[in-house]
Amino acid sequence: MIGELPPPLIFFLGALVGAFLRGRLLSVWVILVPLVGLANLLALPHGLHWQGRILDLPLVFGRIDDLSFLFALLFHIAAGIGGLFAFTVNDRVQHISALLYAGAAIGAVLAGDLVTLFIFWEVMAVASAFLIWARRTERANRAGLRYILVQVSSGLLLLAGTLVLLRETGTTRFDQIGLGSLGGTLVFFAFGIKCAWPFLHSWLVDAYPESTPSGTVFLSAFTTKVAVYALARGFAGTEPLIYIGTAMAVFPIFYAVIENDLRRVLAYSLINQIGFMVVGIGIGSALALNGAVSHAFNDVLFKGLLFMTMGAVLERTGRINGSELGGLYKSMPITTVLCIVGAASISAFPLFSGFVSKSMVMAAAAQEGYTSVFLLLLFASAGVFHHAGIKIPYFAFFAHDSGIRTREAPISMLLAMGAAAAICVFNGSYPWVLYSLLPWPVDYAPYTWTHVITQTQLLFWSALAFALLMKTGLYPPELRLINLDVDWLYRHLGPAVGRRVAALVATAWRRTEKSLYAQAMSLISGVYRHHGPQGVLARTWPTGSTVLWVAVLLTGFLLLYLFR
Amino acid sequence: MAHHRDRKHWLDEPRNVSKILWALYTACGLLLAIDLFYHRHTDFAFESFFGFYGLYGFGACVALVLIAKELRKVLSRPEDYYGEAPDDR
Repeated sequence: MIGELPPPLIFFLGALVGAFLRGRLLSVWVILVPLVGLANLLALPHGLHWQGRILDLPLVFGRIDDLSFLFALLFHIAAGIGGLFAFTVNDRVQHISALLYAGAAIGAVLAGDLVTLFIFWEVMAVASAFLIWARRTERANRAGLRYILVQVSSGLLLLAGTLVLLRETGTTRFDQIGLGSLGGTLVFFAFGIKCAWPFLHSWLVDAYPESTPSGTVFLSAFTTKVAVYALARGFAGTEPLIYIGTAMAVFPIFYAVIENDLRRVLAYSLINQIGFMVVGIGIGSALALNGAVSHAFNDVLFKGLLFMTMGAVLERTGRINGSELGGLYKSMPITTVLCIVGAASISAFPLFSGFVSKSMVMAAAAQEGYTSVFLLLLFASAGVFHHAGIKIPYFAFFAHDSGIRTREAPISMLLAMGAAAAICVFNGSYPWVLYSLLPWPVDYAPYTWTHVITQTQLLFWSALAFALLMKTGLYPPELRLINLDVDWLYRHLGPAVGRRVAALVATAWRRTEKSLYAQAMSLISGVYRHHGPQGVLARTWPTGSTVLWVAVLLTGFLLLYLFR
Repeated sequence: MAHHRDRKHWLDEPRNVSKILWALYTACGLLLAIDLFYHRHTDFAFESFFGFYGLYGFGACVALVLIAKELRKVLSRPEDYYGEAPDDR
């Protein structure tokens, strides 16, 4: 059995069985399923498995090579940790959709052709939307609706691209695609939506923070990383990605500084980290690609850890805005320490995981001579520390004491956060296990004096900047405000234009109606004039006029007869 | 909320906070000084300028915060701007 099943099938069957379980049993079940899945995955040999056909198109459900294995492994770990974090959740919808979502993400990275990829792409979209709706608030309902519209459009774009590619190249195999064709370009943008490229990103920062405490943990792990995998598989070395990725790394940090909802800060920081991966994929050298995928691996864990700590805070206090939190280290000391581990990892402190993976992308950019890209990524690295590394722990757990006193997070949440933190520290201090899993040969030494010293200088002086800006009062305070982003286009401008158009149509309709009414009235009064009691046609007529009308009728008959 | 039963924490003492800040200042000074004593193997010439990484990080963060502050003037709106009241959870 083990070592023979398609990995996504284990999750789908798990979800099916889970639909009949409840309470603690279900909570244990959603941790068990990824563990069984993991045992199965580790026993599977590399190669192509489970091939089928649909409408004469080949389907490959299990293409296992170094690249897809790494992501499948990562997703099993993330599903397990997320399941543990959600142990106290008593909501079947969340557990089932998390299992379906994880299974679909694993299915997507193991897909060997674009049609199979499309199928799992859409299952992911639907399953993940339920994690947002599971919050069961009006805001979450609407955010989830916007979210699924964007996700499904990405799927439709992927399907269109696949069909065009099939016509152009005669195959739907999912290997290097490139931008040389229309089909390739469509697929490129389908991946771009899920990857949250600039201007296509607002679904992420809109919807993720509206999900439940544990829902956001799952959301942050899968969708964007599947997109990173898909870009690495299909568009490695595609130069525009370097600039797209650089923009992704830079612009969100400005938003992150002024955003109040701490989970939304993390959502912006998620885009920033994916930016580094996209740059690596765009550069396309072995070092850069290794950097991109190893950073994806580390990011799922440290970003998951940070989302878990903020989820624990939300769970315990019911609040998530920086303006309302502060001083929580007194009630939640363990969560505080684990949050700092996540913060150190995302900031790439030596001995923490970001240090050994993000630097590969930076080194590759330097090696290939992308000077301005390198400097912008360095700016983004300092910025990450500033908003995710300092701001998150500072405003939640320190800052001014908000007076909130609560309990430490439940033991299951602490265990889940602890597991993620342990992997962050392990990968950072002993990166060689992760490096041995990388798809391309690794020729990179993270722990050189130059790297350790320069990175420490960068981070400490960034911390100094934060301290001084705080002390001088120049740092913008956390305010109960939201910030406009691209979603303004469809949340405000679109509806406003719609209302304008509707108003115009209504006015036009009213005018037409009025003139039609006037015409109808004049017609009726005309008829009344002729046929009414006083009307010409209602009078009794003399015989003479009757003879005239008979003559007219007969002439009419004659004419009809002649010209028929 | 058991405010009155709170024990005093180490960080509640302003003196201790300034101890941390002084530790940070000292660390930054030392990290800058290291640049005098070792030679960096770098890809770009500018990387080996004295204090490049520290000063770049400092400048980056100050610029980031000041620009973001200006952006807030343009971008920020009340919480119910989209007609969705913030749910009091």
